[in-house]
Order: sequence, then structure tokens, then C-alpha cells
Amino acid sequence: MARSTVSKKRSTWWKTGLGLFFTALMLFPVYWMVNVSLTPRSDLRANPPSLFPTSPTFEGYQAVFDQQLPALGVSLVVGLGCVLLTLVLSAPAAYAIALLRMRGGRSLNFILLVAQMIPAVVMSMGFYAIYVRLGLLNSLPGLILADSTIAVPFGVLLFTAFMSGIPKELLQAARVDGASAWRTFRSIVMPISRNSAITVSLFAFLWAWSDFIFASTLSRNAEFVPVTLSIYAYIGNNTTQWNAIMATAVVASIPAAVLLVFAQRYVAAGVTAGAVKD
Amino acid sequence: MTTTATSPAAVGEAPTPGARRRGSAPRGIHGSPWVAVAFAAPLVIYLIAFYAYPLIRSIDLSVHDYNIRAFVQGDAEFVGLANYVDVITSDLFGPALLNTFLFVGISILFQYAIGLALAVFFRNNFRLSGVLRAMFLVPWLLPLIVSASTWAWMMNSDSGIVNAFLLAVGLDPINWLTSPDWSLTAVIIANIWLGIPFNLVILYSGLQNIPADVYEAASLDGAGAWKTFWRITFPLLRPVSAITILLGLVYTLKVVDIIWIMTKGGPANSSLILSVWSYREAFGTGQPAFSPASAIGNILIIIALIFGLIYARMQNREDA
Repeated sequence: MARSTVSKKRSTWWKTGLGLFFTALMLFPVYWMVNVSLTPRSDLRANPPSLFPTSPTFEGYQAVFDQQLPALGVSLVVGLGCVLLTLVLSAPAAYAIALLRMRGGRSLNFILLVAQMIPAVVMSMGFYAIYVRLGLLNSLPGLILADSTIAVPFGVLLFTAFMSGIPKELLQAARVDGASAWRTFRSIVMPISRNSAITVSLFAFLWAWSDFIFASTLSRNAEFVPVTLSIYAYIGNNTTQWNAIMATAVVASIPAAVLLVFAQRYVAAGVTAGAVKD
Repeated sequence: MTTTATSPAAVGEAPTPGARRRGSAPRGIHGSPWVAVAFAAPLVIYLIAFYAYPLIRSIDLSVHDYNIRAFVQGDAEFVGLANYVDVITSDLFGPALLNTFLFVGISILFQYAIGLALAVFFRNNFRLSGVLRAMFLVPWLLPLIVSASTWAWMMNSDSGIVNAFLLAVGLDPINWLTSPDWSLTAVIIANIWLGIPFNLVILYSGLQNIPADVYEAASLDGAGAWKTFWRITFPLLRPVSAITILLGLVYTLKVVDIIWIMTKGGPANSSLILSVWSYREAFGTGQPAFSPASAIGNILIIIALIFGLIYARMQNREDA
């Protein structure tokens, strides 16, 4: 960048302009969600709709705080529960596959890949059948378990890919020093894999936070429902208060926004990891 | 155990080149093979309990005649493949299958084409390109319920911004979500929008792996931008494109939320795809019909597996 000459700068400003235009076009629905969330109820049916919140109101957000706080709390608990479960299951397994050269490790990886192809709607029927018997319907642990199935295969594949790259000399040195497999895992492998752990956690949280299918099948009659389900119920009962619906949507998007600002590079790493061969 | 991975398994491996070649001591660094098994055991138990068992239950549901009472008592009648026959001979099967292929095919085509165009565009080094590229991730990170309800409001017949725009440029407004002629188009548009970030990110990272000297050689030979794209970028990107499209297929076949939230598969089943049909049978009406629903779901898995196998064959041929 520092070397770029004046002429080069001039030749790229239009690309920045074009990039801005594409981005604005792409993000228009997001802008529109914010705009509607600030529009007074009386202007919601205006034709044509106003492109800017000319007289912004926070009545939509008022409704969120009056009605949606428990749902946001449930989503937070479910998200954190899934993060914990995903890490606890996937990191040790990946260690076994990538570094302890477990027999059948490759078959296991293949099974995980296929597992990701099973539609959530099929899984949800299986879970429903099981939960009816076990009394786990409409319970937090039940939802956490079901939601974790979205992230666990991804977690194992991502950890395995990263851990395969850890130099074996490092682990052999630890062994020479008399460290057990568990000690090596805890004191060497996990600290090195920190970035992978962050990436896996981000996705586990985000997917659990965003889940609609498991929530709507396994927790539909729960006393406290996650925010996705509560927005859905809100839309169903409330076709006029679109500013409140959009305000809830804005609030429900906060984790995504936070991730984008603070953890963008992990996000990009997570999208590409496990997808790009070589 | 083989050391050469079968292709689909290799997909999950190694952004770190050379990792597999290095230090392949047969038993790893810690003597007993049971140590490795102990570390993997919780995952294996989890997979059996929370993947295999629900899947088996779903197959079991599809070959019995379950109603909600039989569900709790577990005394449903065994009916073999009758549910599958019912589903396939139903009037809805043909249209739902066609809609599924249209929804998946058109979505993937546009997601891929737009994602690739943007990836090539963002490969240029210009001011803000990194920041803008990051912004493109937003739609992908939002909960689907958020995106779907935003699109539903934007496509509202009377007060939606989309129709306001159409009017402003002199076109007739469209009943996006309430007309059987347009509902499938409406959900496809929303789905394309949702899929662009994923395609952009994967294809962009694929582009990063094409060595710069290939492009230098091309420009020395006097190849224009168009020719460079078709002769170099596109062919070299083929493996990445294949995996992007395969993952797109798998994800899109599974989609329920977007369509359910925007149209519920209606009006008059005009935007009904297999996954939504399955969801509707099981959970969408007051009377859950789990048996046909899981039959539909299992048909969907078979379709996904067929695509997976086609991909695995393609990969094998390419590796050979």
C-alpha cells in the first residue's frame, strides 16, 4: 500500500466507489430492518415508505425491552451451553484423530461430513420421538443438546484440520519429559489451538442463537422460549406492529454484529475451514 | 488404516499443506491405542446417541403408522413402505419435487455466479476492499428468522419497499408472497441473498491460492481480463467451485426456516419444497403426521447422498 503511486490511487478510486455501491445494495435489507424499527407505527403503512427514519421513535425498542428480555436470556443460555458442549466433545476427539493417530479416525471424519448432510427437520422428528419418552420436551437441556448437533461435526473437523499442523516434535518432546497424553493435550495442544477454539465457539454460539427449527419443534410450549421463536410468535400475533418486530430483529442480530466487529478474521477462517481442499 | 484419505473425508482436512506427510508414526506419540480411543469416546457416544439414534427413530417413524397417541405408547402398526408410497403417489409430490429442484438449482446458480463475480472484484486491491468484504458477511451471520421476516416485510404487497421501487420506475407492483405465480421467486430471491456471503468467502480464499505468477505470465502473453478469467481463473478454481456448489446443494436442500417464515410453502403450495412439506406434516398443522413427514425427510436425505456420491466420484476422477 505504501508504495502505491498517485496514478495508481487515481486508477482505483472508482473501484472503491463500485465496492461501496455493491455493499450498500447487499446491505440494504439490513438497513431497512433498522429503518423500520425506528419508524412510528402511524407511518408504517405510508406509501411510498420513507427511506429514512424522518421522525424516529423508540416505541419498537420499548416493546422489545418490555417483552423480549426473557427470550434473549434463554438464547444466551442455550448458546453458551452449546459452546461448552461442542468444545468438550470436539477438541479431545480431534486430538485423538489428528495427533494420537486413532484407528478409524478417517472413517470418523467421513461420518461427521455425512452427518452434516442430515436435514434438521429429520433430526427434529427423531429428537421429538425420543424427548416425548424422556420428558425432555420444552426443557433447556433438551434444546441445548439438539442445537449442539449443528456445531459438533464442524468443531471436530475444524480442530482436526488445525491440530494436524502442530509439529510432532513438540509433542514428542513433551513425551520425553514424561507428560501423559492428557497433560500434553491440556498444556500444549489446547493453548496452541486457541484460535481454533475461538472459531468453533463463535460458530457454535451463533448457530445455536439462530436456530429456529429445533426451537420450534422441541420447545414450542416451553415457559421460556429462545428469541427466534419469540420473534416468530410475535409476527404471528402481530401483523401491525412491524416496528416492534424489526426492533426485536435488530436486537437479535446483535451477536452477529459483535462478531463481525471483534472477530471478523475468525469468522472468515471458520467459513473456509473444512470447505476448501488444499 | 489407509493414509490416503478418500476424497470427501479429505475435504475436512488440512488447510495446512504437508501436515499429513510429516511424522506419520503408525501409533502416534503416546503408546497405547486405547489412549486415543478414550479421548474420542465421548464424541462417539454422542454421535450414536444424538445422530444415529434420532436417525434410526426417524426411519422407524417412516415405516410405522404413528399418531400422537401411538407416539407416547409406542404401539404403532408396522406398515412397511406404505408411507413412502403414499408420499410419492400424492398429488403434492411432483410439484414439491419440482419446486425443490427449482429452488435449489436457481439459488445455487445465482449465489455462485454473484459470489464469484464479487470474489474476482474484491481480488483487486483498492481502498476499503477488506472492510467492504467483511461487511458482506453480515447477511450470513444474521439469524434466518431476522432475514426472512425483513424480506417478508420488504416484499409486502401494499407497504413493501420492493413494490414502492417497482412503482417508482414505472412497473406494476407484484404480490410477491400472496400470489402463487410469484411466491417461489420471492423465496428464491431471499435465499440467493443469504447464500452470497458464503460463496464469496470460499471463492475468494480459493482465488488467493492461485499463484500470482500465473497471472503475470498471462498478462505478458497479452491476455485481456475476460480471457484471463475464462482461461486461468475459472479452470484453476474448479476444485473450489465444486466443493462450494456441493455444500450449497446440501445446505439449500435442508432449508426450512426461510420459506416457512415467508410463505409457509403457500399460497396453494406454490412455494412448497420437500423439506418444508416434511416440516408442515410433522409440526405445521394441529395434527402431527410424523410418519409421512419422516418418509419425506428420508427421501430428502437420499437425494442429498446422491449428490454427495456424484461429487465423490468427480473428485476421484480428478485426483486420478
